[in-house]
Amino acid sequence: MPKTNTYTLSFIALIFILIICFFVNIGLGSVSIPIQAVFKSFIGTLDHESWSYIIQDYRLPKAITAILVGSGLGSSGLLMQTLFRNPLAGPFVLGISSGASLGVALVILGSGIFGGMFASLLISKWSVVIAASLGSFLVLLAVLVVSSRVRDTMAILIIGLMFGSITAAIVSVLSYFSSAEQLQQYIFWGFGSLGNLSWNELFIFLIVYCFGMLLSILSIKGLNTLLLGENYAKSLGLNIKKSRFVIILATSLLAGTITAFAGPIAFIGLAIPHITRQVFNTSNHKILLPAVFLFGAIIMLICDSIAQLPTSDHTLPINAITSLIGAPVVIWLLVRKRKMIF
Amino acid sequence: MAYTNQHIILKTEQLSIGYKSKKVPTIIASNIQIELQKGELIGLVGANGIGKSTLLRTLTNVQESLKGNIYIHNKLLSNYTSEELAKSMSLVLTEPIASKNLSVFELVALGRHPYTNWVGNLNTKDMESIHQALSLTNIETLKHKKCFELSDGQLQKVLIARALAQDTDLIILDEPTTHLDMYHKAYILKLLQKLVKETNKTILFSSHEIDLAIQLCDKMIVMTQETVITDAPCNLISKGVFNTLFPEDLIVFDKHTGSFRVKK
Repeated sequence: MPKTNTYTLSFIALIFILIICFFVNIGLGSVSIPIQAVFKSFIGTLDHESWSYIIQDYRLPKAITAILVGSGLGSSGLLMQTLFRNPLAGPFVLGISSGASLGVALVILGSGIFGGMFASLLISKWSVVIAASLGSFLVLLAVLVVSSRVRDTMAILIIGLMFGSITAAIVSVLSYFSSAEQLQQYIFWGFGSLGNLSWNELFIFLIVYCFGMLLSILSIKGLNTLLLGENYAKSLGLNIKKSRFVIILATSLLAGTITAFAGPIAFIGLAIPHITRQVFNTSNHKILLPAVFLFGAIIMLICDSIAQLPTSDHTLPINAITSLIGAPVVIWLLVRKRKMIF
Repeated sequence: MAYTNQHIILKTEQLSIGYKSKKVPTIIASNIQIELQKGELIGLVGANGIGKSTLLRTLTNVQESLKGNIYIHNKLLSNYTSEELAKSMSLVLTEPIASKNLSVFELVALGRHPYTNWVGNLNTKDMESIHQALSLTNIETLKHKKCFELSDGQLQKVLIARALAQDTDLIILDEPTTHLDMYHKAYILKLLQKLVKETNKTILFSSHEIDLAIQLCDKMIVMTQETVITDAPCNLISKGVFNTLFPEDLIVFDKHTGSFRVKK
């Protein structure tokens, strides 16, 4: 079939673009470093000490984080859109980001309420990561327990939204009793951040990420069958409850760790699958999943490069950039094609 | 006796269907005896709300029976795993498929799900079944079209092809002729008859096209308020079963033409 060839070409092009974006992303920043120097630092022949320090301890982990965040959010968005057969679904429909924000809010905002002596102890980098993980894990657990009891998949969607409302309400109550300084700190977490990850943190991030990705890959066949609808999938011998559990678990692992380490990154998870479908006109997850992986990584790298405001000392919140850059792209694509492909 | 048993694809014994609720079960129909042979086209007819869908849902293991047994290939339906059942019985449902962005080929290929490996790769045997299903239903030219580009009649053929690709002895269709015009209603039912002849499969469908079913089916299951009767169409006519199908104030069954007429 001629179609497979065009896909191969697109894949090669995407991988090529990804590599370019990766190097450009490392090169750009408040100090711009020429591409040759970036290459040299990888081979270990760079003799510019401050440059190699910037690259190895700051920009390289940040670029890797961007790739993991973009690809992970894109993939879990795709999983959710197929599971719920709803183009508006994203990685956070199950309340994962709201769970994480509740955890972080309890640590940052709650520390003032529960006494000053914990304050300095609680607000360290790791406590935020742990609070976010615990928060998203607990919400996930609640959603999984409830979802094993309901037969209708759409009910899970509503339940996820309800959990989101509950956590948002608790966060507002906490904010009401918090000082301006603590509020600012909480809001800064909400901006999202790809930097600041040490190699140790990145290592833990990577392990959980790989596990989530593995589960996503194992779900490919089930996802394709779900395209027919649940009753057809059942008649084809698919164990709906089991595949649903695996898909939700994969999404939770991916979106949960990403939120824990990089904050609630908006938009990417919802938009990447749509952008991918415009280029790869197929519903087959064997093609869509790797394509979403590449698109997610590329777009996240580009967004991060822009957020750095090259050659200036300022860094914009990544969360704002993803929506500012991404939303018009999706609108443009949909208007141009005049058809929502799903 | 042993010889004929080998050809029975589906059989029910003293089957009662309906809904279990906490207090009392709601019985929709009881004492259903059905025996479907290999290579038969069977039409299931009855008035709206009489329980055709409930019967089909029970036979396809979507819903539990209240009483009695269902056998497929002489094995109890409840003893089948979902994978085994997927290799013995395929379905065409009334609900629309979730993603209309699937191409016709992709949709038919999904019928091979019970046979493919963990990532769903198609081997030569799978490709053979898919191409056979496409050619039996005459939709080879539509292969690369997307489902949203198809007419209702074409889509119905594609869904039948998907069921064929699943390679099962029994195909069950729930109202395959709804939303179709007169010509395509006849076309789809005629196609089912052709498939039964050419592949020796057993095909059971529910329909409101009683006059067409009388002309094409080997056997019909007629559900009325009182009983569920299974027999050849001509026997059913001579027994006068179709007269009891509907309230007699508006339409009557005409024995000679084999169709219903409006009372003047």
